[in-house]
Amino acid sequence: MSKVKSMEKMERKKRKKKDISILQQYYKCRYLFFLLIPTIVYFVIFHYVPMYGVIIAFKEFYPLKGIMGSEWIGLANFKKLFTGVYFLPVLRNTLIISFAKLIVGFPMPIILSILLNEVRCKWFKKGVQTIAYLPHFIGWVLLAGIVQQVLSPSTGMVNYLIQQFGGEPIFFMGSKAWFRPIVVLSSIWRNCGWQSVIFMAAIMGIDSQLYEAADLDGAGRLQKIMHVTLPCIIPTIIIMFIFAIGGVMNDDFDQIYNMLNARVMSVGDVIGTYTYRVGLQQMDYGYATAVGLFKNVIALILITTSNFFSRKLSGSSLW
Amino acid sequence: MTKKYNKYRTRINNKIFDIVVYAILLGVAIITIVPFLQVATISLSPAHVASSYGLHLFPKEIDLNGYKSILRYKTIWTSYGNTIMRTVLGTGISMILYVTGAYPLAKKYLPHRKFWTLFVIFTMYFSGGMIPMYLLINNWLKISNTIWALVLPGAMSAYNLIIVRNFFESIPDSLEESARIDGANDITILFKIIIPLSKPCLATVSLWCIVAHWNSWFDCMLYMKEESKYVLQYTLQRILIDGQVQDINLVDVVVNTDSMKMAALMVSIIPIIIVYPFIQKYFTSGVMIGAVKG
Repeated sequence: MSKVKSMEKMERKKRKKKDISILQQYYKCRYLFFLLIPTIVYFVIFHYVPMYGVIIAFKEFYPLKGIMGSEWIGLANFKKLFTGVYFLPVLRNTLIISFAKLIVGFPMPIILSILLNEVRCKWFKKGVQTIAYLPHFIGWVLLAGIVQQVLSPSTGMVNYLIQQFGGEPIFFMGSKAWFRPIVVLSSIWRNCGWQSVIFMAAIMGIDSQLYEAADLDGAGRLQKIMHVTLPCIIPTIIIMFIFAIGGVMNDDFDQIYNMLNARVMSVGDVIGTYTYRVGLQQMDYGYATAVGLFKNVIALILITTSNFFSRKLSGSSLW
Repeated sequence: MTKKYNKYRTRINNKIFDIVVYAILLGVAIITIVPFLQVATISLSPAHVASSYGLHLFPKEIDLNGYKSILRYKTIWTSYGNTIMRTVLGTGISMILYVTGAYPLAKKYLPHRKFWTLFVIFTMYFSGGMIPMYLLINNWLKISNTIWALVLPGAMSAYNLIIVRNFFESIPDSLEESARIDGANDITILFKIIIPLSKPCLATVSLWCIVAHWNSWFDCMLYMKEESKYVLQYTLQRILIDGQVQDINLVDVVVNTDSMKMAALMVSIIPIIIVYPFIQKYFTSGVMIGAVKG
């Protein structure tokens, strides 16, 4: 009996000691922790409070009543999401545009970086890199203006060329058939160069002995690309692919908002623009939050599963 | 004989390979740059050229009316000022936060280090979304229509914080220990040793902040209610996409709106194009830092 008691006592003592030691640890690192406080405060206010705010997706939210005062309505907003006529086409547009960007756009920077690596002439390489990275630093407001100008049916150069070759001018930005290809191509135009930087970094990290060995075996340059360069950057490719999969639900709001117009709404309206319109223009806060939450949850699931599979299949993963 | 022939063939193959590579890359460069040339040309052209068909790669007639009318538009100037202000203030705040936040996370003896790192990284994969953020800024913090609405919400990103942390981690501990023996505490070590050693990394991250601030417009559209507080990109958006340019040249001779729009575009792009070639290497080196460990 007393033995049990004494053991309990010891246990309590141990726990107390541990508690103190954690406090002590923090006290010992008080300067260090003091530096971390602004970061914690920032992430709590600007990231975790909005996460908490997500519960308005389950409420009939009125700003005047506040989050707590608003009435619970359970999953009614999500029901509206899937039974309403607006959301599903928007989801389809998002997925079509994102997957097109992924399938057409993902290999481009890899090809570009491999080609750049084959260039021996220093100034040519530098020049191409400088030009190719440029659009990345210019915002979509301006790029959309440029795209509109270049594709304009009355003065744009693309339509000029089409006419020179005997075609009819096309109103690209107002055409339902052309809007998605334009979005995909202009996104590649902007991002391809910059995304190649990371693959360039990976290629530069390849051991030059591998190339020398390939030379001894009499490999041609194409063979060296296929059998040395590509296999060596596969881990980077996989990591970037995981990121890309995780981003499938993230339509590029900046781009599409600036290119969208009434004529192409039915093919170009994506989750981001839809959330903005419903939530902030029509003030349907609860429903729009539900749309955003749905998107974020799917994105989280996508990135977790693709990470899982890549770790299982190839051993490289984000975490 | 065959050996010589083989050598000859590889040389020919290499030549062809080179030609193909150079041709493709030249094509990439041309496709990237040509739209910019057209924009620049149209911005400099008189109305009858700008509205005519053609490639417009180089200006044949110079006419500065587009620039004149855009620079007469007062909002361009105020929004230029606002953009510069938010960029300076925002980048300053961000860098202070990154440095102070990354340093403790880089230290192995920080209690609950793993938890705090996860606390940051989690925000990379999940977020509240557009509406809760809007309500936070507008209804709860009530900072909309002030510069803080543009500066604070995006002050940190988990990704950049991790990049800075990784760089700090790569600085050898021995430097720090010797300072500690001399009686320095964490804060002096950070300012006297860590920051001077991490200049390349900090330069890169601050450049990213600058670019992000320079290009952002959506927050201004959401939170700013008066025209005098608009940032450059939002003003340009109203000119370029909403076509609100008409009301500003009612007074004067008709100027082709195309060249005016393009002039507005150039006004914002020119500073980027001038500075960009000099700082490009910092941008790319930053990606390399990030690539070492994600």
